[in-house]
Amino acid sequence: MTFMRTFGPAADPITSLGWGMTVICSAVVVVIGALLMGTMWGRASRFAGGDLSQLPIVRTEAGLKWIYVGVAVSTGILLGMITWTLITLDAVAGPSGTPAFTIEVRGHQWWWEARYIGQSSDRTFITANELHIPVGRSVHLELLSDDVIHSFWIPALAGKTDVIPGQTNVAWIEAARSGVYRGQCTEFCGEQHAQMAMYVIADPPAQFQSWWDAQLASAPQPNSDAVAHGQAIVMERCGACHSIRGTGAGGIFGPDLTHLMSRRTIAAGTLPNDGENLAHWISHTQAIKPGNRMPTIALPPDELVAVATYLQTLQ
Amino acid sequence: MTSLEFDSADLVDETRSSDRGLRATWETRPGLFGILSSVDHKEIGLRYIVTAFIFLALGGVEALVMRVQLAHSNLKVLSPQAYDQLFTLHGFTMIFLYAGPILSGFSNYLWPLLLGSRDMAFPRLNALSYWIFLVSGVFLYTSFPLGVAPNAGWFNYVPYASKDFNPGPNIDFYLLGLILLGISTTVGAINFVVTLMRTRAPGMSINRLPILVWGTLTASVANLIAVPSVSLACFLLWMDRHFGTHFFAVGEGGQPMLWQHLFWMFGHPWVYAVVLPALGIVSDGLPTFCRRPLVGYTAVALATVTTMIFGFGVWLHHMFATGLPSLSLAFFSAASMIIAIPSAVSVFAWIATIWTGRPVLTTAFLFFASFIFLFTIGGVSGVMTAAVPFDWQLTDTYFIVAHLHYVLIGINVFAVVGGMYYWFPKMTGRLMDEGLGRWNFWTMFVGFNLGFFPMHISGLMGMPRRVYTYPAGLGWDTLNLITTVGAFLFAVGIGIFLVNVLISRHRGKPAGANPWDAPTLEWSVPSPPPPYNFAVIPIVASRHPLWEERLDETSNRSSLHHGYLLDRGRETLATTVLDAEPDLILKMPGDSCSPFLVALALGVTFAGLLGRWWWLVGLGCATAALAMIIWSWPERVLAQTARASDG
Repeated sequence: MTFMRTFGPAADPITSLGWGMTVICSAVVVVIGALLMGTMWGRASRFAGGDLSQLPIVRTEAGLKWIYVGVAVSTGILLGMITWTLITLDAVAGPSGTPAFTIEVRGHQWWWEARYIGQSSDRTFITANELHIPVGRSVHLELLSDDVIHSFWIPALAGKTDVIPGQTNVAWIEAARSGVYRGQCTEFCGEQHAQMAMYVIADPPAQFQSWWDAQLASAPQPNSDAVAHGQAIVMERCGACHSIRGTGAGGIFGPDLTHLMSRRTIAAGTLPNDGENLAHWISHTQAIKPGNRMPTIALPPDELVAVATYLQTLQ
Repeated sequence: MTSLEFDSADLVDETRSSDRGLRATWETRPGLFGILSSVDHKEIGLRYIVTAFIFLALGGVEALVMRVQLAHSNLKVLSPQAYDQLFTLHGFTMIFLYAGPILSGFSNYLWPLLLGSRDMAFPRLNALSYWIFLVSGVFLYTSFPLGVAPNAGWFNYVPYASKDFNPGPNIDFYLLGLILLGISTTVGAINFVVTLMRTRAPGMSINRLPILVWGTLTASVANLIAVPSVSLACFLLWMDRHFGTHFFAVGEGGQPMLWQHLFWMFGHPWVYAVVLPALGIVSDGLPTFCRRPLVGYTAVALATVTTMIFGFGVWLHHMFATGLPSLSLAFFSAASMIIAIPSAVSVFAWIATIWTGRPVLTTAFLFFASFIFLFTIGGVSGVMTAAVPFDWQLTDTYFIVAHLHYVLIGINVFAVVGGMYYWFPKMTGRLMDEGLGRWNFWTMFVGFNLGFFPMHISGLMGMPRRVYTYPAGLGWDTLNLITTVGAFLFAVGIGIFLVNVLISRHRGKPAGANPWDAPTLEWSVPSPPPPYNFAVIPIVASRHPLWEERLDETSNRSSLHHGYLLDRGRETLATTVLDAEPDLILKMPGDSCSPFLVALALGVTFAGLLGRWWWLVGLGCATAALAMIIWSWPERVLAQTARASDG
């Protein structure tokens, strides 16, 4: 999560500025600290409850020089930093070329929805909590919220942009090399603000393209009775909130599950995504992420296994 | 005006004043009635200080509980609901119920003594200000045992704080509590401003005011401008929540950003309001232990005012990530950096004062000197956050938590504790223990830096604020553990301080009038000062009335024991605004229960508003009106009888 080492043109100039300011400011602290120690070194008298009036009161006029010199130097440094700040502000204002495409990112209590806008409506799809982007291409983000204020932040790729209901904020990200970059909501948004993470996965363009193509597909049909049993339960118990394209589940309150297993984590970065955790999450959702909007679904153990089995087919 | 002229017939030697007579006039009666009715600024000041320290302790305990939860990843000491209430209450308590009121306490206690007056301009308003502060604090804390404490942060952003997402009474406690506290802040500020303009000793012209007075005056003027903004925001949100207005409601034409603007137009000036008087404490206390006057008095006084003026032009730096246009970002970014220049003036003035003086390492001096260091750290980290692009990374991370604690603890708490060591002998007549003081200082200093410095690094490592837990494996565990250990050590330091206060209060070494051989007027009267402060109103001829002989810079000498007697009832002298020439003899009101009753009635009113029990609101308002009628009922003894020149 550190932003002192970044991997994209929307963040790198900021990182240079950040390091520069950190070094300058640390130097200022060291100098002031040294001056303070120096002013006392060998000159201070330890107070042991004596009578201070024994010490003379003297006003020497040399003191003002400190203010003139100190303030002049400080002002010079500050003006330099303002200039550097404005240059950096300009450098990260927008990508150098036209963005490859747009992702509509919607913050929810407490997960992220991402709608990839394709060149045509049949190339558009919705996913959650995990963004894939092509390496070396800038991506335009439109940030929306229907509930409270969130903040979108992938520290290794760009600074924060708040996600505010009633307005569309924009941001851009670009990864210079492939990798997995963690991000997290950074505007307090309620009980589970702490567990509202997301990942950006930067893939080589070809790999990214095949990911997009795969995301467009509908969910596979059950290939066994056990899976079909699980699907039936999911339709009944989960479909009101979750969508699984190609089935009857069309809910819009929770993350789209069509390609659930293509994602690394569940519950907005809270648990690694595997069969065991899926079952655990369904049966203990309120213990794992107290207050989250998903109710605890009381399923008999065999049904829970069936549901997890079905969900694991959503590749 | 080169010199002040006095009719010598008006002036008497203090030996002619009768302690018994003045005491009979000014002393508060013992017992419950006295407690409820006292308008003595010293009594009120001490109450402010004690109450604010109690809130500091409460907020500190809240912080420690949170630090246990965050000591390691994935701990389950607190539920998220509990954590949210705790961090909100912690912020509200420290910022509103400690940091502001503690300085009001110092200023209430010290102003008339520093200015050479017998009381504040409006003694009863002063009492009212304290009582409303207490009532609003109790009001807010009532929510805690009920389990419905505010839970949307001290900044209380909508829509999370709106009825849709936060239906309980939690937010109503916040909104109404803050409006109530705003009344206290406002009347207190008015009192400071008028006191400054009217009740200074003759000769206490504005170029002779102690810097603490400059600080509190500046903060008070700022509060008068800033507080209405947040009170309005709170009122509008309360209307949104209960009466179907939609000032902030998205989808009905409302704007969540309106809250942020109104809040920070108040919030940022408030930050300066809770540090400028603390800067004043150091500017006045430090020179005493350097055995010389402050270097650059005029520069420091002007820096104080300049900081505040700039302070009104930087509120947007709390909102850099909200998608505002780059032009305004650039403007507010530059303004937020430029504001560091007046701070630099003060820092170099203090360093020059130590360098050209002969520092005496008392506990108070150690606190003041370390304050300069912590101020610098908090200042430069503030400059880092003022750089818009870098702020997009820093904001809402632990770096900001570190920054704001270096500001609020470094600049406020360290100055305040130093100030307590400095003025405790004046307040109680006894010195605080210096041996314990060393333990106090080093524990606080080491604990503070151990606790809060690593937060900078957690922030640079990407740890967000306001999270009740965090996952393992992100490199945050060790840093958080160190922070927790440091926080507890710091708490031990505060504990040693409180122990020192309790022990020294009765067993400390007797102080005498001027134990530090300090230069200002408060040290010319006995410790603790008599209820009437000055046996005769002194006449001031310089910034350092008690050092004049030794500085010997002009032939003018202040007249401290030969001045206006004013003993025909509660009287003090009114002087002109700039030059402090005698103008009127003010008849000061005496002790009265009406301020207490007004505050209590307001508390009842606000409790009624909270539950929307309109009968209770009516009862509260009627009681308040009645108490105000009693308050302002004409009294013959308060009638103006003479101008100053009539004797």
